[in-house]
Amino acid sequence: MAKSIAQEFTKGLWAEIPPFRLVLGLCPTLAVTKSVENAVGMGIAVIFVLTCSNILVAMLRKVIPSKVRIACFIIVIATFVTVVELLMQAYTYSLFMKLGIFIPLIVVNCIPLGRAEAFAYKNGIMASAADGLGLGIGYALSLSSLSALREVFGAGTFFGHAVFGPSFQPFSFMVEAPGAFVCLGLMLCIMNVLGKK
Amino acid sequence: MREMVKMVVVLTVLCSVSGGLLAALRDGTKDQIENQQLEFVKGPAIRKILVEGAGATNDPIKDRFKIKIGDREESFFVGVVNGKPSLVTFESTGKGFGGNLGLVVGVDVTTDKIAGVAVTTHSETPGIGSRAQTDAKFTKQFVGMPLSGEFKVKSDGGKVDALSGATVTSRGVSGAVTLAAQLYQQAKPQLVEKLKAMNK
Repeated sequence: MAKSIAQEFTKGLWAEIPPFRLVLGLCPTLAVTKSVENAVGMGIAVIFVLTCSNILVAMLRKVIPSKVRIACFIIVIATFVTVVELLMQAYTYSLFMKLGIFIPLIVVNCIPLGRAEAFAYKNGIMASAADGLGLGIGYALSLSSLSALREVFGAGTFFGHAVFGPSFQPFSFMVEAPGAFVCLGLMLCIMNVLGKK
Repeated sequence: MREMVKMVVVLTVLCSVSGGLLAALRDGTKDQIENQQLEFVKGPAIRKILVEGAGATNDPIKDRFKIKIGDREESFFVGVVNGKPSLVTFESTGKGFGGNLGLVVGVDVTTDKIAGVAVTTHSETPGIGSRAQTDAKFTKQFVGMPLSGEFKVKSDGGKVDALSGATVTSRGVSGAVTLAAQLYQQAKPQLVEKLKAMNK
């Protein structure tokens, strides 16, 4: 418990970056990374849910009886996810239509539940907030980098703007499901090589 | 025993707080969400029929009203052509191949003729039934037909040219137009009055 708040925050960006190091939350990682826009939207949603649920679980950790803790975590997480869903529907409807089912599915994503159980239930509010924010940003960064790779090569665009000349033939394998697995595998491989030193 | 009580209390309180918060938020965002749905789901189809198709000069999404038919309330979107509110669009549904088909039907109130038909929501097979939404030729054939009676595809003895390979979808669209015709007949007296009031 000697780690500082800053360390709790930065571990989410590299040492415990969710999809690559913990290999958690892969379902939306594979599904929404077709375009950078979707990935960033999803990332922001996860940052919000993760930070808020971590803070609330840390605040309530003395009150929540350990036998029903999972149920309590799920209620907290589901509440914040629904908040995100309603707000997205009200203010960014086109993004909501693209992300569709993956917003409500954050509830059953392993990351918020995992962090609530493994971290926020045992640590203070500040540390939990830093942990949630760090992991959330790490998740968003992973999604963005993966989607940048897939969108640039698969569709020849970045954030909807064309990056190559008109002669570029999109490598459409990359934006389809198998391309997602291959990209994720390669990213994992690179992360492991870099992390070995 | 004390632990039991604590568990029940904590879960109950947590659930009610969460439920209350979400209900409040839902109430607060309800109108905004409805506007967004109109804008993004039905808006493009309605504008295509009224603004691009018939040359309406107003924003049909803003000029809308509701009419009670039986126990249902239907929204009507008005198109102003040559300074006169003569066109209306409204929604109808039919049964497609993969589920319900949502349709927007535009009609000229002065002549009772169809001004345009567009599919808004569907769960048809991509590339086959989904052409009902994207193939302009298919929906264009309805333009100019009088909006009354029953609409049937040719293989059922009607006048509608079905999309090849997507007879069920075409039937669904025809059914939705038939339903729209019934709705229109019922709503017409109120509709004419509302439009008259708008004209002043």
